Amino acid sequence: MLIRKAPDLTYADITPKSVYADRRKFLRAMGIVGATVAAGKSLFDLALPPQTVFAATQFTGLAKSPFSTTEKQNSLNDVSHYNNFYEFGSEKSDPAKNAQNFKTSPWTVSVEGDVKTPRKFSMEEILKLAPLEERIYRHRCVERWSIVVPWIGFSFNVLAKLVEPTPKARYVAFETFFDRRQMPHAGGGIDFPYVEGLRLDEAMNPLALLSVGMYGETLPPQDGAPVRMIIPWKYGYKSIKSLVKIRFQEKEPPTTWNRYSSEEYGFYSNVNPNVDHPRWSQSKERRLGEIFMRSTVMFNGYGDQVAGMYNGMDLKKYH
Amino acid sequence: MRALLISKWTKVAVFLLCLIPFADLVWRIIKRDLGANPVEFLQHATGDWTLRFLVFTLSITPFRKLLKLPDLIRFRRMLGLFAFFYVCLHFLTYLGPDQSFDLSAMWKDVAKRPFITVGFTAFVLLIPLAMTSTAGWIRRLGGKRWQLLHRCIYAAAVCGVIHYYWLVKSDVRKPLFYGALVGILLLWRLGDWFFKRRSQALLRISAPGVSVNG
Repeated sequence: MLIRKAPDLTYADITPKSVYADRRKFLRAMGIVGATVAAGKSLFDLALPPQTVFAATQFTGLAKSPFSTTEKQNSLNDVSHYNNFYEFGSEKSDPAKNAQNFKTSPWTVSVEGDVKTPRKFSMEEILKLAPLEERIYRHRCVERWSIVVPWIGFSFNVLAKLVEPTPKARYVAFETFFDRRQMPHAGGGIDFPYVEGLRLDEAMNPLALLSVGMYGETLPPQDGAPVRMIIPWKYGYKSIKSLVKIRFQEKEPPTTWNRYSSEEYGFYSNVNPNVDHPRWSQSKERRLGEIFMRSTVMFNGYGDQVAGMYNGMDLKKYH
Repeated sequence: MRALLISKWTKVAVFLLCLIPFADLVWRIIKRDLGANPVEFLQHATGDWTLRFLVFTLSITPFRKLLKLPDLIRFRRMLGLFAFFYVCLHFLTYLGPDQSFDLSAMWKDVAKRPFITVGFTAFVLLIPLAMTSTAGWIRRLGGKRWQLLHRCIYAAAVCGVIHYYWLVKSDVRKPLFYGALVGILLLWRLGDWFFKRRSQALLRISAPGVSVNG
């Protein structure tokens, strides 16, 4: 079944979710998740007023994707409370605390550079570019933890084809929103705004996802709302969050972590168990929720779709 | 103040205080309140508390002298042993979840990863100190030799800070904070030693001067 396109789906509509999201937390805290939902709900509704901070909206009619894994998904709570988003602080628990008032609407993404039709996209426009799919991807951080997340979005190449890259374009540069007033906790030793990059063929690979949501809802601010990239065969920091600028260009763009330490973080940053980080091995990873570590798989298990792009390349040199 | 310091109950109270971080971790394990990455939480918490207890232990001597409270010495061994207790837990969270209790894999990792090497060194340095912490061992070794051996804690603390510094990805503020504390505590000792030597030397020089005046 394919994709019921919701014609009047705007970004800030549908069901505000903060109330029942907190009910979930409340129930968990009470240790009565198994108890009847109705009783819990009414109890909670009496106990606490609705909150005004970030509220997710739900997506409906999502298409399934053949790229999805059947592995066990991590919980929304884990994925939204264990984040590397240095704009909101460098501890894993910081973004969930510090990003709640992040203003993600209105939002514009500027697409520029070597393209026939440079233009700006509003969030409403982006949501209508293509039918939204749910893609359950593995996500492997360079720090040796991994998660399985049901992202929502569509292949980045949909947007790219629309602006028509010229033959000169060989790379795509990405930039994260930055505003020190909204991000007073930004730090951790890296430069802002955060920048990332892909080779054009990598960006055009159907696996490269332009994501607008997860777990059936819009992205929480700490997970890169309102729109981000997901590059599942590369280390997590390549999957740039809260995108405001996309630039097609001839030259390889600088990337934040590479600028910070080029021996440790290469431009490609493909998940590779055979090429260690200078300070730690990359052969294993810990899936959040598990105690012991599991083996890391080449290209994070997406070799069938992406290995061809690196034929003949020395993946140690171009790590 | 002195009565308080030498009271048996103060020692008991300090002992219980030192157990609070451990009790907190146990409580969190029971409540499953360790965040999204429980193993990492335990590794970081036990590592942090090891460094803190090393700093507490190293603080005793300066505070004894600066505050003229020699009885503080009563707590030094206990604090040092708690540092060892937390480093043992820290080591177990590495040997178990990270290395699946596979000793040969662990040795390879220790040999290959500088940050593991230096952390493991700190752990190993603390083992003889814990073992010789009893009055019996002080007697057997003799005060001077015992004291010399226990200076290993300086090296252990420095290794611990380097271990932390090499572990973090880019935000070095916390390792630098511990580094500054350890640095101050070691520099104080250096200064103390230097001034003691100088005043002893002055004493030797000024002694004949007395007769000149007389």
